[in-house]
Amino acid sequence: MNSHNPPDPDTVEPASIVAPPADALHLDVQGLDFFYGQTQALFGIDLPVERHRITALIGPSGCGKSTLLRTLNRTYELYPRQRAEGRILLDGEDVLSDLRAADVRARIGMVFQKPTPFPMSIHDNIAFGVRLYRRVPKAEMDAIVHNALVRAALWDEVKDKLNSSGLSLSGGQQQRLCVARAIAVEPEVLLLDEPASALDPVSTARLEETLHGLARDLTIVIVTHNLQQAARVSHHTGFMYLGRMVEFGPTRDMFATPRLDRTANYITGRFG
Amino acid sequence: MRGASPARARRRRLVSALFAAGCVLATLIALAALAMILWTLVARGAGGLSPTLFTLDQPAPGSVGGLRNAIVGSLVMCAIGMAIALTVGILAGTWLAEYGRHGRLATIVRFLNDVLLSAPSILIGLFVYELLVRPFQGFSGYAGAVALAFLATPIIVRTTEDMLALQPDALREAGMALGAGRGHVVRTVIWRAAATGIVTGGLLGFARISGETAPLLFTSLGSQFLDPDPAHPMASLPTTIFQFALSAFPDWQQLAWSGALLIALVVLLANIAGRLLGRQRNRP
Repeated sequence: MNSHNPPDPDTVEPASIVAPPADALHLDVQGLDFFYGQTQALFGIDLPVERHRITALIGPSGCGKSTLLRTLNRTYELYPRQRAEGRILLDGEDVLSDLRAADVRARIGMVFQKPTPFPMSIHDNIAFGVRLYRRVPKAEMDAIVHNALVRAALWDEVKDKLNSSGLSLSGGQQQRLCVARAIAVEPEVLLLDEPASALDPVSTARLEETLHGLARDLTIVIVTHNLQQAARVSHHTGFMYLGRMVEFGPTRDMFATPRLDRTANYITGRFG
Repeated sequence: MRGASPARARRRRLVSALFAAGCVLATLIALAALAMILWTLVARGAGGLSPTLFTLDQPAPGSVGGLRNAIVGSLVMCAIGMAIALTVGILAGTWLAEYGRHGRLATIVRFLNDVLLSAPSILIGLFVYELLVRPFQGFSGYAGAVALAFLATPIIVRTTEDMLALQPDALREAGMALGAGRGHVVRTVIWRAAATGIVTGGLLGFARISGETAPLLFTSLGSQFLDPDPAHPMASLPTTIFQFALSAFPDWQQLAWSGALLIALVVLLANIAGRLLGRQRNRP
């Protein structure tokens, strides 16, 4: 397949990837290409995601990090003429070919850039996803809602108004409601697409604490263009540029001693 | 560059003032027309507003009567017409906004809907006459209701599509990211998010059809009896007003004024309700 944006010769050098041990991988992206119509947006992406760790994706705007995230749970399928090729292994099963979309999304949840509470009560926002998969008696549903809100660090703020509209919450609370909604269906992996970009610093800090807690039993992939955030929250970081994975490795190493000049330039703020 | 010269500034202030005056004048003309219509309706019609207007049927010239049969006929036909128009209109608008989108078929449907939106209502009446009156050899309330539905549907299609298109794609993606199908997300999330807008469209559609006369003359015809069975020719406020206003009898003319005031009040209320709901949409 020929692309309409020929790769910059500088970027074709092979990605420098320091992968976690193979038996610790939860999600393993191999040679992923992605197309918007005729335009290729991702080129042979490799992304090894370790289980119960936080993996951050960084890179300048338009580098393909959000596209990559939207491919992982097949959100791109909602739009015509978008197409992915390659392998995305979820515990060995290919998300792109072996699994049904609904099953993929039950196992891989997603939180979006802008908070997206549904126009219904806080309780029903969380019950929405659970009800898709099974009938739940009221008492059990209340417990699920309570649990999800506690894990998303929102319970104390909303426990007295579970029947108020989700839209009545502040932006930061709405985003944590979306986290609660996503984890209520018990996914194995949680994807977050710049979840703090619309939040103030205090709300951002609370969200990051929440993510730390969640990583105990959840694999998290977070896209961010806030480098400090990536450095603070993640165990592994992938740096993307022009649709390619440039460098991937443990976050500490990546920020202290990047292996490639391009990564170093970006991290030190010389471009991007 | 520094500010304009004093002469230039004065000229600009003058042009600006003239333009503002023109805008105010045009607004006043439009408002004056509306005020005169309302004032005439109230002045001539209010005197006839009495309980008997709602409890008695239309009288023979010279005797006491009301508009009960016409009011009931209008209510029945508008109700059936709105039931059809809401069902077809909301589903078609949903298809355009959620499924057809920018496809070829959707573009064609959208264009045809716009044509229907501006079709003269008398043509709709003639069309339904050929469709439902001639084949069944008789005027009926059903035919009237269908003609009204043809008029309200394109309005509802349009507002439904517009209101759904306003909902962010992120909301759809969020629903589907939980594993819900597209249809489920539309019914449980998107419709709810757009609900007040869709209701507003319904009210506007209702306001449009509640005063329509031409399409009913060819379809429900009119009737002087109270007969809530839509299989028969049916009275309605607009056709009764039309008949009475053209008559030579002062008491019939009085009833026509009162009926016209009644319709104007209903349309006004529907519009105000639509506005209030539309405003509420912006609140959480």
